[in-house]
Amino acid sequence: MRSLVSRLSGHQLFWPVLALVALLLINVIATPTFFEVRLQDGHLYGNLVDILRNGAPILLVALGMTLVIATRGIDLSVGAVAAIAGAVACVWIAGADEGSASKALVACVLALVICLVLGLWNGFLVSVLGIQPIIATLVLMTAGRGLAMLVTGGQITTINNPTFSKIGGGFVLTLPLAILIALFVFGLTAALTRRTALGMLVEAVGINPEASRLAGVRARTIIWTAYVFSAVCAGLAGLMIASNTNAADANAAGLWIELDAILAVVIGGTSLAGGRFSLAGTLVGALFLTTLAATIPNIGIPSETNYLFKAVVVILVCLLQSPKARAALAVRRRSGSPVVQAGAAA
Amino acid sequence: MTQMDLTQPDAAAVRREPVIEMRDISIAFGGVPALSGVDLRLYAGEVHALMGENGAGKSTMIKALTGVYTIDSGTIVIGGEEHQFSSPAESQAAGISTVYQEVNLVPNLTVAENMLLGREPRRWGGIDAKAMNRMAAATLERLGINIDPASELGTHPIAVQQLVAIARAVDVDARVLILDEPTSSLDADEVEKLFAVMRTLREHGTAIVFVSHFLDQVYAIADRMTILRNGTLVGELMVADTSQLELVKLMIGRELEVLDRIDREVSASDGRASETPVMKALGLGRKRALESFDLELYDGEVIGIAGLLGSGRTELARLLFGADTADEGELEIRSTRRKLRTPRHAIDHKIAFSSENRRAEGVIEDLTVGDNMLLALQASRGWLRPIPASMRARLVQEYIEALDIRPADPNALMRNLSGGNQQKVLLARWLITSPEVLILDEPTRGIDIGAKAQIQQLVAELARKGMAVVFISAELEEVLRLSDRLVVMRDRRMIDERVNDDLSVSGLLEIIAGEASAEPTEEESFA
Repeated sequence: MRSLVSRLSGHQLFWPVLALVALLLINVIATPTFFEVRLQDGHLYGNLVDILRNGAPILLVALGMTLVIATRGIDLSVGAVAAIAGAVACVWIAGADEGSASKALVACVLALVICLVLGLWNGFLVSVLGIQPIIATLVLMTAGRGLAMLVTGGQITTINNPTFSKIGGGFVLTLPLAILIALFVFGLTAALTRRTALGMLVEAVGINPEASRLAGVRARTIIWTAYVFSAVCAGLAGLMIASNTNAADANAAGLWIELDAILAVVIGGTSLAGGRFSLAGTLVGALFLTTLAATIPNIGIPSETNYLFKAVVVILVCLLQSPKARAALAVRRRSGSPVVQAGAAA
Repeated sequence: MTQMDLTQPDAAAVRREPVIEMRDISIAFGGVPALSGVDLRLYAGEVHALMGENGAGKSTMIKALTGVYTIDSGTIVIGGEEHQFSSPAESQAAGISTVYQEVNLVPNLTVAENMLLGREPRRWGGIDAKAMNRMAAATLERLGINIDPASELGTHPIAVQQLVAIARAVDVDARVLILDEPTSSLDADEVEKLFAVMRTLREHGTAIVFVSHFLDQVYAIADRMTILRNGTLVGELMVADTSQLELVKLMIGRELEVLDRIDREVSASDGRASETPVMKALGLGRKRALESFDLELYDGEVIGIAGLLGSGRTELARLLFGADTADEGELEIRSTRRKLRTPRHAIDHKIAFSSENRRAEGVIEDLTVGDNMLLALQASRGWLRPIPASMRARLVQEYIEALDIRPADPNALMRNLSGGNQQKVLLARWLITSPEVLILDEPTRGIDIGAKAQIQQLVAELARKGMAVVFISAELEEVLRLSDRLVVMRDRRMIDERVNDDLSVSGLLEIIAGEASAEPTEEESFA
């Protein structure tokens, strides 16, 4: 019978979760009040809440990215798509009757519909024309920023709409709305992939496209769906980012978010080679990245080295996950089974 | 010189000290024993066949010898010295070389470069190309392989590449050469060439381990054999003293009852069960793949397709399934004209196709047995209508039992199953869609005799129940045994179609060979 420890460490999420916990511990050691959460005016505040809120856009983008990566693809255009969503929404809202709730709603719907169209474009290039995903989405990654600039006229469009501000800054039931939106989309994605057969078919296409085709799987539709889903998720993240700052910045909104999203997916244990994917892993990966971003100032790393620090940590996590590196480590460790509490093995 | 002349490989060889003796080898994976107490003795100057069904432990044994797996218990004695291999490099250093089924050389380097890769002769700090070609030429000549060492490897057929791989292997001063399924992609001429090289090596005192599914080839080349079953040793015998029947009995461990039963039951298919064909091809063809042909399939009938590799038999199957689209001719399904543009269309019309290329076009390795089985059904339901859990469990259980799939675990990963069991899962995938036409391209290739028998039996049974079956196989005996009607292909053309009335293998061979019999036959057993 295997001990609890060895069963846990065999779990796919063991190492990412361990890394996240370690990071949180480092923070508590540096600042003992790190975990403190206080209730003020019916809203929760604190580092943990901030981490969750800052992680929301990354998680949204990473969820879409997970499905795309599972089909053996990659979507580099998500940052640009997020910028376009923010630009469209802000430009629509700006002007007469700027504060109206209905205008904010229409703006969001419009922005998401445009993102859906952009996703159709990406999916068309990849699944119909057969262009390599990295090239196909590179097109929109560069052109998309230009599109967003076109929409905003090259200006940073600031707006003042209380309804729109709620997406990124509002609270519901003491929690930031952004967290709830991200969790809702997480739940929705999980249901969409695991309650239906989408997840299994996505994995089949990712593992062996030709065998899937011969088994009658409509691989084209499946891949297309993944890119559309990814773009809509990116759009939602873009709205959240624009709402946070009450402005559309075509140049800076969602910059490099594609890299964070890809990283979150990989840290979560989904292989870039496609196939099996883990949404829970992506969640942990996204939380890890935002916790890392919060850790850097907290433990007093000078801000000019923060990219370097991030790179080192990411390399460490990837090493921890690599079976080869773990095997090399295990050889060096003393043999002998880990201590298990009585009853834990049952 | 010892009392033995090394160039004389004969029964006397057995009395010498073995070059390698593996004693009482045991290996277990996660508590499941893969080998328990197996011995293997190899003598200089012999070809030793390692026999057994899939999953008997042949590859585990080879991997133990080549240092890929570490043994749990037992000893490996080489030249009187005990060795512990913990990596393939150590095994190679001890003089053990392996050539695998897939050639793993670099096609865009020259033959000589491939042979001396990693140990090129040096001169002035660079590679001495002349010396390299000279050394390679010497080795090739010694083995009787007549090719230019300076030519690019990729320009040679696979068979020659395989010979180069062997030349490379023996060049490293191999005392033991392991050939794992070396003949599976070769035709008869090429097999003969390979055997010639093997005989040369044997004369030079190399011990050769030969693994093959083709019994005829084993009898043509091997001197002795070790037979495994379920990870245990069942016998070490001289090939000359053992009949094929005895060998098969030892390998499958029962009184051939399965094979006997097939001979009685199979071919008991009642032939067509309908007046109108379920499928009818009229002048169907595809440029550069297959000349146009006519074909009618009837319910309850097995059509066997015979022909050599590359004769168009696979192309025919792919056209009938829409895996490739036809660019001429028409297809009628139940008297209605249809155009099959994708496999999906074919599946919607109750046609199923199991590809000859199990790995690339069949299994989804990282999904479970259950998911693999239900893939086609799920695909045709669409992703919005998942198969309910209860129905899922019932179907998977039913087919695991009906087809005797092992391990009988719906959650086992497909990659961990043996070839025969993977094939059964793929069959289940199609049977679950309850097709009316079942197209099987080489369903029994590379799988053990037990599984082969079960699949043949299944095909006969399905036809009896009214399914139209297209059965393609390189093994003519199998085609003849199962088919009601025969279609013969050659040079991407259908050259004959006839009722199967007690045609003999040699009769069929004559048809295949036709008037232009210059073509190489595909397998040793044909020759």
